[in-house]
Amino acid sequence: MNDLSDLYQEIIMDHRRNPRNEGLPADHTHTADGFNPFCGDKVSVAVKIEDGSIIDVGFSGEGCAISMASASLMTEAVSGKSIDDATASFEAFRKLLTDGDTSGGVDLGDLEALAGVRAYPTRIKCAILSWHTFKSALENDSAPVTTE
Amino acid sequence: MPGPHGFDIDSVRQQFPILDVEINGHPLVYLDSAATSQKPQVVIDAISNYYARSNSNVHRGVHTLSQQATDIYEETREKTRALINASDSREIIYVRGTTEAINLVASTYGRQNVGEGDDVIVTAMEHHSNIVPWQILCEEKGANLKVVPMDENGDLIMEEFDRLLSDRTKIVATVHLSNALGTINPVKEMFKKARTVGAATLLDGAQSAPHMAIDVKDIDCDFLAFSGHKLYGPTGIGILYGKYDLLSQMPPYQGGGEMIASVTFEKTIYAELPAKFEAGTPHIAGTAGLGAAIDFVNEIGLDNVAAHERTLLDYSIERIGSINGVKLIGNPKHRSGVISFVVDGVHPHDVGTVLDSQGIAIRAGHHCAQPVMAHFGIPATVRASFGMYNTTNEIDRLYEGVQQVFEVFG
Repeated sequence: MNDLSDLYQEIIMDHRRNPRNEGLPADHTHTADGFNPFCGDKVSVAVKIEDGSIIDVGFSGEGCAISMASASLMTEAVSGKSIDDATASFEAFRKLLTDGDTSGGVDLGDLEALAGVRAYPTRIKCAILSWHTFKSALENDSAPVTTE
Repeated sequence: MPGPHGFDIDSVRQQFPILDVEINGHPLVYLDSAATSQKPQVVIDAISNYYARSNSNVHRGVHTLSQQATDIYEETREKTRALINASDSREIIYVRGTTEAINLVASTYGRQNVGEGDDVIVTAMEHHSNIVPWQILCEEKGANLKVVPMDENGDLIMEEFDRLLSDRTKIVATVHLSNALGTINPVKEMFKKARTVGAATLLDGAQSAPHMAIDVKDIDCDFLAFSGHKLYGPTGIGILYGKYDLLSQMPPYQGGGEMIASVTFEKTIYAELPAKFEAGTPHIAGTAGLGAAIDFVNEIGLDNVAAHERTLLDYSIERIGSINGVKLIGNPKHRSGVISFVVDGVHPHDVGTVLDSQGIAIRAGHHCAQPVMAHFGIPATVRASFGMYNTTNEIDRLYEGVQQVFEVFG
């Protein structure tokens, strides 16, 4: 039996109530939109990159607690990082959600609060949507991202 | 306790083995019958017995088993004919489900009869399966898909339907009972009007078939589509009913075995109805299960089911609608089967997860009806939908479940 408090951890509920970096920076250099057709969650991510580093990042969107909290946590996790480090965080986060694997040597910090999502396979897409969108923004891929 | 017509909820529930299953440590409360109904033991047994004792291919072998399989297959066709009061069992075509039935009509009758500048009319509350096949057709033909709008209650605006009808209207395809809102549409009246402009009519009965008797003569539709799996039968088997004269004139949908009278490399002569539309080895076990489901539903009586579900619907509207912070979506004049709602400040997906943790299965999402969600300006709803086996006690569990949502997200 899954315990709901593993899924809706306090950090997640806090980010849901008080999202960080909400709103898209006007002077962004990269942006992308993401959509989860399964539940209708939408997120947009905009990033300002200078000299290979993420100077500013923000998101907007609507969706469930997991997707919105994950977007907020994502912006905190990548802010100020180099593109390579942010991409490494994405890979480590994806492994955490899909395999429960934290052996990659990347410190995920608050992102680990989302580890409980792994027990809810239908919700993994909610947690990963903003990350896929972020990655798409980095690649400046103009096609909207979907989780399908 | 037996109801007024001998409807005994306890004995009904005993026939559904899945209702004994525990989910996350709680007795299952299954409120997702609009997605698919649960199956009574007689349906499960019919499928199992078919494979254990009668498995063979239909309409092919001279041997005894093949005859048994063919008998089962054709008996279900006759049971289906009787269920919907069709004139002739050759008007009953087996398909995979409602979606395939609609695609069949769009690809055959539609391609044959809809041309450039013609109109196909659907309603604002269609399931995607009664939108997309027509969009594909209209795109191919340069025809227009017209949509009958609905009002804030989730009722169709009939004046707008009247306005859309013209001699360009070739097909009117409408949902009988909305899966997202529960609205029962005035299809008999709509089809009568459609006939005055010479349009063919298709009724999407996916949701209505489990909740009410459908009489194709009374409604006078040209086509009716429905699925076995929402009618307490198995997945993968569904029905297309079509008027004999129309089906006869339509080209085949798929080519292959079973649907031919003779084949040479120069020319193929197609089989008579219904075989013309049943290419390949069909879902014989599915028809065994569907036949058992129809017998089961007839024995209980769709009128009894409808009366019981009316009680559930009224109780849930009152009970769930009374919760502070819950808003029911849609308030149609005539309705059945489902309630849709949103919870203030909590996404339906999160509501669904909290309810699931208490063993309550509901649907959270857009219900394959994104235009309906757009109409009400919401991304998704929580939908509780009923079957003959649900109880008011289960709606109390849903009520308590929603209270739990407020505790988690308070």
